[in-house]
Amino acid sequence: MPQVSTPSVKEILETMEYGPAPEAADIVRDWLAGHAGGFGHFIDGVFEPTPDGRTFTVDDPATGAPLAEVVQGSAADVGRAVEAARAALAGWSAMPGHVRARYLYALARQIQKRERFFSVLESLDNGKPIRESRDIDIPLVARHFYHHAGWAELIESEFPGHGPVGVCGQIIPWNFPLLMLAWKIAPALAAGNTVVLKPAEFTPLTALAFAEICREVGLPKGVVNIVCGDGATGAALVAHPGVDKVAFTGSTEVGRTIREQTAGSGKKLSLELGGKSPFIVFDDADLDGAVEGVVDAIWFNGGQVCCAGSRVLVQEGAADRFYAKLKRRMASLRMGDPLDKSVDVGAIVAPVQLQRIRDLVAKGEAEGATLFQAGGAVPDKGCFFPPTLFTDVAPASTIAEVEIFGPVAVAMTFRTPDEAIQLANNTRYGLAASIWSENINLALDVAAKVKAGVVWINSTNLFDAAAGFGGYRESGFGREGGREGLAEYLVADWAKNLPSNGEADTQKLSALPAEAEAVEAGAGMPGIDRTAKLYVGGKQVRPDSGYSYTVRNPSTGAPVGQAGLGSRKDIRNAVEAASKAGGWSAATAHNRAQVLYYVAENLSARSEEFEARLVRTAGSSAEAARREVAVAVGRIFFYAAWADKYDGRVHQTRSRFVTLAMNEPFGVMGLVCPDEAPLLGMVSLLMPSIAMGNCAVVVPSTTSPLVATDFYQVLDTSDVPEGVVNIVTGDRDTLAKVLAEHHEVAALWYMGGAPGSAMVEKASASNLKATWVGDGRRRDWLANPEGQGTDYLRRATQIKNIWVPYGE
Amino acid sequence: MDDAASHSVTTTPEASEPKTLLQSVRALVPHSFATHRNPGTGLKPEWFEATQVNLSATERRAATMGTRRSVKKAYQAAWLVKAVTCIDLTTLAGDDTAGRVQRLAAKARRPIRDDLVEALGLADTPPTVGAVCVYPTMVGPAVKALRGSTIPVASVATGFPAGLTPLPQRLAEIRYAVDQGAGEIDIVITRSHALLGEWQALYDEVAAMREACGAAHLKAILGTGDLKTLRNVYKASMVAMQAGADFIKTSTGKEDVNATLPVSLTMIRALRDYGDLTGEKVGFKPAGGLKTAKDALTWLILMKEELGHPWLQPDLFRIGASSMLADIERQIEHYVTGHYASASHHAMA
Repeated sequence: MPQVSTPSVKEILETMEYGPAPEAADIVRDWLAGHAGGFGHFIDGVFEPTPDGRTFTVDDPATGAPLAEVVQGSAADVGRAVEAARAALAGWSAMPGHVRARYLYALARQIQKRERFFSVLESLDNGKPIRESRDIDIPLVARHFYHHAGWAELIESEFPGHGPVGVCGQIIPWNFPLLMLAWKIAPALAAGNTVVLKPAEFTPLTALAFAEICREVGLPKGVVNIVCGDGATGAALVAHPGVDKVAFTGSTEVGRTIREQTAGSGKKLSLELGGKSPFIVFDDADLDGAVEGVVDAIWFNGGQVCCAGSRVLVQEGAADRFYAKLKRRMASLRMGDPLDKSVDVGAIVAPVQLQRIRDLVAKGEAEGATLFQAGGAVPDKGCFFPPTLFTDVAPASTIAEVEIFGPVAVAMTFRTPDEAIQLANNTRYGLAASIWSENINLALDVAAKVKAGVVWINSTNLFDAAAGFGGYRESGFGREGGREGLAEYLVADWAKNLPSNGEADTQKLSALPAEAEAVEAGAGMPGIDRTAKLYVGGKQVRPDSGYSYTVRNPSTGAPVGQAGLGSRKDIRNAVEAASKAGGWSAATAHNRAQVLYYVAENLSARSEEFEARLVRTAGSSAEAARREVAVAVGRIFFYAAWADKYDGRVHQTRSRFVTLAMNEPFGVMGLVCPDEAPLLGMVSLLMPSIAMGNCAVVVPSTTSPLVATDFYQVLDTSDVPEGVVNIVTGDRDTLAKVLAEHHEVAALWYMGGAPGSAMVEKASASNLKATWVGDGRRRDWLANPEGQGTDYLRRATQIKNIWVPYGE
Repeated sequence: MDDAASHSVTTTPEASEPKTLLQSVRALVPHSFATHRNPGTGLKPEWFEATQVNLSATERRAATMGTRRSVKKAYQAAWLVKAVTCIDLTTLAGDDTAGRVQRLAAKARRPIRDDLVEALGLADTPPTVGAVCVYPTMVGPAVKALRGSTIPVASVATGFPAGLTPLPQRLAEIRYAVDQGAGEIDIVITRSHALLGEWQALYDEVAAMREACGAAHLKAILGTGDLKTLRNVYKASMVAMQAGADFIKTSTGKEDVNATLPVSLTMIRALRDYGDLTGEKVGFKPAGGLKTAKDALTWLILMKEELGHPWLQPDLFRIGASSMLADIERQIEHYVTGHYASASHHAMA
């Protein structure tokens, strides 16, 4: 850069420019110079030496200058780290929560004491303005460790019957390097897990500095391991058999791959992925406030924010005024040296990202959208892209659909609240939404209807350790932060060490005529044939295939009847019926409870019939059948009772904010039932799902489907609205695959064998639906909490955090 | 920005409106002052009745005003000098005397020690404060003490600080102060008009005061600490400007809460909207509670960020303060000498 001499005071009095205000970086540069030999991994409490020829260079994106050499992790490196974490697990998880709390508290304190060091290092490495790293990232990091020091203290009393998942493999992105580390490591450690974390290859430096802090506070070796490297290193971590849980934050594309790779491994998985979050401005909003909201939504961290409010939806009557204000505001955004304290927009993290932004912006222009940039100075070197606003964008434009991950807002207008919601939800993502209106009725209505895991009313991009963060739809699943985030790092004791159900592939079904059915005792003349149909949209329908299969008593092998051989099209019809039954979720919980109670009442009235059916078709003993029906009736009562009591929470976040954690239904759920306990297994999956407001497509036990098809008569007489429950019999795994691949199905439970579990998890990647699979383990459906409990309710809901500010 | 500006030119008050006496009088007043004055408009409730101000959103923006920008070294020194030139050096106490006012005036003329002015390279254009602000009965002594300088005398008036004196007396008080030589009148609005939504009454009152000011500039004190809500602040700001205020000012300094950043931001946004709608530039004056050099910088940043360069000049920006100057002078000495300064080394006001 050309050296400019400082103007005189008199000259400055004329121009009133801000002038340079650089944050000193000497201490950080000294630290980097001290590591001129390169950074090795941090494994088992030790910084490993840097092997020759296996390093990559980390650059300062603002200048392109190299900052450090960092080792590229191999599968062997990952293996050593996982071993270290495994070795540390027993000791760490056995510690009293209070002891872990002390370590987390020390980490929080130490980060605070080094806050400027971390801020400067983060800005150097990532390119984000020092104002953001100093005032937002690093304080949130410390807050996260404090908050989770608290959880470590409370975990035994607040999560009885739960324990750590084990060794966690964690992969974090480059946009909030240290904050994402905190989001991953703090809850994992609080819950008693040990971790292997891989920072992004663009931004590994604060993670390495954090490792020094771990050493400094005397964290037991192996509890935290940091392995550096690129995607290949991450893949090795994901694939390592010693990893019990994978937590990933990054692109939807990579998240999908991870879902596929971990399918069937039994690894717990949480994904926090991309977004194209709506930023909705109604004509009764504080428009100046909303303009600042856009600044914080899309020009915060250069728009390299997964929950960035990148789709600005403005009510048409206010659009001209709003755009005018927004454009004026853009003119005062300052872009430049991230370490300058007067800079709003820093550098894009890497040349490849810059190129991607440029390409998408060019595409937006080519597709006819109107581009606006305020024309401020753009540094002539380094990775910079100016704040950009596209107007005249149509929902069909590429830039309206694709996550740009840069400082580019796309704006379009709407006419009515309904249209705003339609546009807001017209995306495959569902991470966040920002709603601007002074009408509380309108704002809360939209908050309820928008499909997003985080909703900010009259605010945007607010974060707090006490609130859950995470997405709907293809923005991933699982939450980070708050009680709900901690749950991702815990596993219920009952779910550990379940026995195998011995199921491999399901038997081949025969659609051909069978030998004579066993005649029921005492019948003087032929019984009247019974036809079990499918149950779709409240109607009994024949299978689309026109085939039925022979159902046999599993104990005797004798044919006992026929069931419809459902196919793709039947699943399609059932899902369509379910998705049209959305009124069920809008009904009051009391209403749903009443319906469930009524189902129990009617099942109870017909219990002898169901017992006989279980004996005849499922091969149950009379005693087992009696017990199964009785427990099923009780179970329906249990979830009827819960229907209006599974409350959300109000998180303690910022002052003058109500942060509501609402339990919302997924929408359409697929429920693939176990073969064992054909009535109770189905009831155990169906009742928590519909109690929470979901509509279900049930694939009952393949071997014993006839109690399920009898059950639709109970539903018919119990005021269950059409479409809320749909039953498709047939080959379990064939139907499960269709459900897993169906993009309208938001969650899928599969309680079959291990191969089917793997298939379902893999197929679910296509829309990243939340899955809960049995992994071929046998549950005792008669027992609690294996067969019944709030774990089922938690799995039947997703948590939406709604931030509602107040104050006049 | 260009859109807004071009839009604004077309929306000056309609020519078809019947001319009030006030407007007729204004037409007769020659533009003898250096600065253009805000002619006002008719009362236009549609400009403010639907406007929303969200407290949390305003607070968030206000909170980052001092953290998004930083001025250092020579820039900081220059900005602090600029702040000095925008100060309305004020004494509004029951024990004010001619002697006290004289002392204040002396400081107003030479707000920064000569050696420091020299070191800043400003000896040929030594800075003075923006104005001296006193009670009406102190205007005479102030004018006398400032004779020969270009520093205007501002007078509070209209039953300051509560403004609950009968209107004729309040108008008479303005005329008295103008007659004594005040070039600027800091009026207080009747807060009850704003609290009760009596916008026509508020408009009429300020318009009458504007008329009483004659050639003197009118600065309308809204008493924002009494108005409480930012919506009220916005509306009162807009009405005061429609009635012809040349400046809108936050506080008397006597309310429980004085100038805050969220209140200032709200007034500035009203002022900007008014400019968009009329093409007029109205000044802004925060008063009360601004005590430090850092406060001065923060408010200057606010003006630059939200309004731009023209609002960094004393014709459109004033700071009502008494103790702030001493802190600024100490900071300037630190810039010049590198040593932290003692207040005892600077002349008191």
